[in-house]
Amino acid sequence: MFATTLETDHHTLPPLPTPPVADLRLLEEVAAATAGVSRLEMCIQCGTCGGSCPSSADMDHTPRQLFAMVRAGMRDEVLRSNTPWICVSCYHCVVRCPQGVHIADVMYTLKSMAIRVKLYADSTAPDFSQTFVDLVENYGRSFEFGLATRHYLKHFPLRLPGMAPKGLGMITRGRMDLTPHRIEGIDKFKAILARAKELEAAS
Amino acid sequence: MTKYLYYPGCSLETNARAYYISLMAICEPLGLDLEEIHDWNCCGATEYVGISLTPAYALISRNLALAAKQANGTRTVVAPCSACYLNLAKADYYMRESPKLGEKVNKALAAGDLHYTPGSLDVRHLLDVIVHDVGLDAVRRAVVRPLSGLRVAPYLGCMVPRPDYEHRWSNPEYPNELDQVLKALGAEVIDFPLKTHCCGGHMTQIGPPVAYELIRRLIHAASEYQADLMATLCPMCQLNIDAYQGEMNHFFGTYYHMPILFFTQLMGLAFGKEPQELGIGKELVDSRLALARIGVEVPEAEAAPAPRRPRKAKEGLPMPRMPEEKELIR
Ligand code: SF4
Ligand code: SF4
Repeated sequence: MFATTLETDHHTLPPLPTPPVADLRLLEEVAAATAGVSRLEMCIQCGTCGGSCPSSADMDHTPRQLFAMVRAGMRDEVLRSNTPWICVSCYHCVVRCPQGVHIADVMYTLKSMAIRVKLYADSTAPDFSQTFVDLVENYGRSFEFGLATRHYLKHFPLRLPGMAPKGLGMITRGRMDLTPHRIEGIDKFKAILARAKELEAAS
Repeated sequence: MTKYLYYPGCSLETNARAYYISLMAICEPLGLDLEEIHDWNCCGATEYVGISLTPAYALISRNLALAAKQANGTRTVVAPCSACYLNLAKADYYMRESPKLGEKVNKALAAGDLHYTPGSLDVRHLLDVIVHDVGLDAVRRAVVRPLSGLRVAPYLGCMVPRPDYEHRWSNPEYPNELDQVLKALGAEVIDFPLKTHCCGGHMTQIGPPVAYELIRRLIHAASEYQADLMATLCPMCQLNIDAYQGEMNHFFGTYYHMPILFFTQLMGLAFGKEPQELGIGKELVDSRLALARIGVEVPEAEAAPAPRRPRKAKEGLPMPRMPEEKELIR
């Protein structure tokens, strides 16, 4: 009697899930794209990083979870995670990690990988970085007024410098230049960046 | 006078002009001869490496290459800005750690007729140079107007004490070097538990509520310790706590008033300089009341921006709060 019931139950069980396609190169790829020796392969999943992180509450995954996902080859989920974008590069985790993983730098790598394949949920942060970089590439120096104007126009129109009391205060106190400063060796500077971009694309 | 190669960084020429002005004013009493790296470029802040690695490191390393070329009699680069310091120091360190990165960067630099041999320079932060080269005794000797009675919260933020691959600080999470300098000036230095916590960094630009909460925690703690002001060594920390304090108050419906100055400005005051020579008055959160405690009178600043009406506190974030917080909510 018992045996029959069990057998019937067994037949009604849902089919087993199909395992995802293995993407075992992800870990290698992330490590290779990180400055210095990332030591990401050495993560022992202790969780010290997440426990030290001031912004983990806002993260989709703690750094530890994210690194497990990298090892598991969950490319899509990793690159869609907001975690690298919420990381404020405070380096608390980095000095506490028992394995010396360059956690903050891995976060930078994951950001650049997500940008390359346009996998990010919110474009505010990538846009900000890109605008900052565009201005620096053009002048050799950063240009806050230009950055704030362009960035705020798109994402926070009410905070436009010069409109908000803060912006006005910054300008009247001589803390925000209205024109950018261009370095002298701008041509060679641009040549260096162009060559660096070729090298990056080839790697 | 000891000679150093000096990398000011973009902030010191714009939003942190007060840091620049005050640093120039205290060079002489400290015996620092800072020679600016000619035609330096932006270090990329915390933005460039999140976009593309090789260009980011080539950008940083152009400065190292220029500095190495210019070096006459010194191999120490001093940076007062924390992001600049970290980027320069990290680039040098990572290129040593991974020769492949160094090769790539040098291939790129070659397009601009430059080259940098990793490890040929020593990248150091200004505070490190003041504590370890100039020395606290020399600082004490230069004091003519002790900051007695001024309660100061020393605030370093993240990127100077960490990751500290070269072990330059007493502790990467709770260093005491800034405390020591401020004590040498005669200030009453509070043991500030959040001294190396994050100011929010660029989150003020991309996710303001996250940054507001981090800023609030810092200002709240400094107020609870009854600090008259905070002293920092980071342009980003100064900007977030000073320029965004109004927005933060508005967001939480609070009325905090916590001025934040660069430690070099306090050094200048202790060395007998006038506030105008130190860029005091450029801060948005007025420091006049605090400085009156040490008998320093700051002339009326430029027209202050109109105060905003704070909103109700209920719009605060669902974030962890410290147990017995008494906020200044009305
Ligand atoms: S602290 Fe280091 S070893 Fe531990 S989980 Fe985080 S990255 Fe892995
Ligand atoms: S560096 Fe990033 S991940 Fe690490 S503790 Fe800080 S915010 Fe969290």
